[in-house]
Amino acid sequence: MANWIDACSADDIDEEDVIRFDHEGRTFAIYRSPDDEYFCTDGLCTHENVHLADGLVMDHTIECPKHNGQFDYRTGEAARAPVCVNLGVYPVKVEGDRVLIEI
Amino acid sequence: MSGIVIIGAGECGVRAAFAARANGFDGKVTLVGDESGLPYERPPLSKPDANGATLKPICTTQMLAAKDITLLDGVGALRIDRDTSCVRLSTGEDLPYLRLLLAIGASPRRLTCEGSEHAVTLRTIEDANRIYSQAVNGSRTVIIGAGLIGLELAAELVGRGNKVTILEAGPVPLGRNVPQPLAQRIVERHIAEGVDIVCNVEVARISGRAVELVGGQSIAADLVVAAIGVVPNTDLAQAAGLYIGNGIVVDEALRTNDTNIFAAGDCASVNFSGLGLQRFETWQNAQLQGEIAGRNLAGASGVFQPPVWFWSDQYDLGLQGVGQTNGTATALRTLSDDAEILFYLNNSNQLVGAAGLGVGNAVAKDIKLAHKLIEAKVAIEAAHLEDPTTNLKKLLRPVPAN
Repeated sequence: MANWIDACSADDIDEEDVIRFDHEGRTFAIYRSPDDEYFCTDGLCTHENVHLADGLVMDHTIECPKHNGQFDYRTGEAARAPVCVNLGVYPVKVEGDRVLIEI
Repeated sequence: MSGIVIIGAGECGVRAAFAARANGFDGKVTLVGDESGLPYERPPLSKPDANGATLKPICTTQMLAAKDITLLDGVGALRIDRDTSCVRLSTGEDLPYLRLLLAIGASPRRLTCEGSEHAVTLRTIEDANRIYSQAVNGSRTVIIGAGLIGLELAAELVGRGNKVTILEAGPVPLGRNVPQPLAQRIVERHIAEGVDIVCNVEVARISGRAVELVGGQSIAADLVVAAIGVVPNTDLAQAAGLYIGNGIVVDEALRTNDTNIFAAGDCASVNFSGLGLQRFETWQNAQLQGEIAGRNLAGASGVFQPPVWFWSDQYDLGLQGVGQTNGTATALRTLSDDAEILFYLNNSNQLVGAAGLGVGNAVAKDIKLAHKLIEAKVAIEAAHLEDPTTNLKKLLRPVPAN
């Protein structure tokens, strides 16, 4: 059963950037790519409990604010040590100016 | 059959082993570490949880097995025989190498005063567990040295109910590698948390349960920690006739004066053409040099180039720095929540360094961009750096003029 959550406005996220979204005790990172697509991953880095929303988005990569681990935020794939465990990813859709995530 | 041998199983050695494999090396890869167990991260040692120091392995047994990397843990390297291309191990075995990497790190600098054997140091998980089991609520702890390790430890121990005094021989805390405006804010926070910091003092002796200063003052101490920096481990290399100069001297490809022997990480002193010898002591440097050395062991010809990056967490403050941050900053960028970043431009208006302090990871994004700006060597106007509404990413990718 799809559970779509209204997370934010499309304009809440700058192009090629990320914000934090908390919902029912869980925390997520929502991304807007340079080509204006939206993506959602788990909020915390798989290396340590550091929120990725403070990290740097370059192209389709999120770099953790602390130890420079990198993930492809479209797939959650771990792309640079010290991270070696992939991030969970969640479907995203944009309806009007709202960004919804399926969790 | 000989293959790649890596002495030292810390961040640097482990990254090198995986990088050699990633670069296609299909011979034997052996990682030799003198501590027992899986390789572990050192940064968490100054950030314990309620149960003590956090042991965070760098990799799992499965990850090593998947890349066919042999870990010899709890094994020391006694000497290198360059004529036969062998390393004599503490087990008595001679391990032959095709190429050898020395990632043997650094050791805490020891005090030379009378009674210095009473002071403990922080480098290994064993050291950390000793400190946290002794520094219990109400303990009087004296930390000698107001560098990053000393201050991180002070923040942790005062939070655990210790009465903490920091003794510093120099005129100011963090005098070596943190811009003074940021260092002062960190010091103010320590004082507000109840840490005593005393500068310009010299320790005369450590006796029983006190630290005595030159001049006669005595400070009661249940635990004394020496955090006065590290010295690179060079004995193994020196005995083998490799060049030494504040570390094991390597070229920019991290190769020593023996073409089959490399050195990387805390122990390596890189001879940059035109710049002279430089040695770096950060986690990121260990990671990066390890990766470059690992690929070069496997036949690549990568070179190491600064800048290097560091971070330090104290209380809820996060400090990050990259590149050269000596002298007076060229630009100050003030972000929200009191977070601020100092930028250092050279005469050509190229960024050479940046350092920032804020709550949590407030400065992380801009420091990462500063790192990229330093590497890009683009000319930047200080005014753009000072304006917090200017996205530094835009300076990295200038909009082409129409």
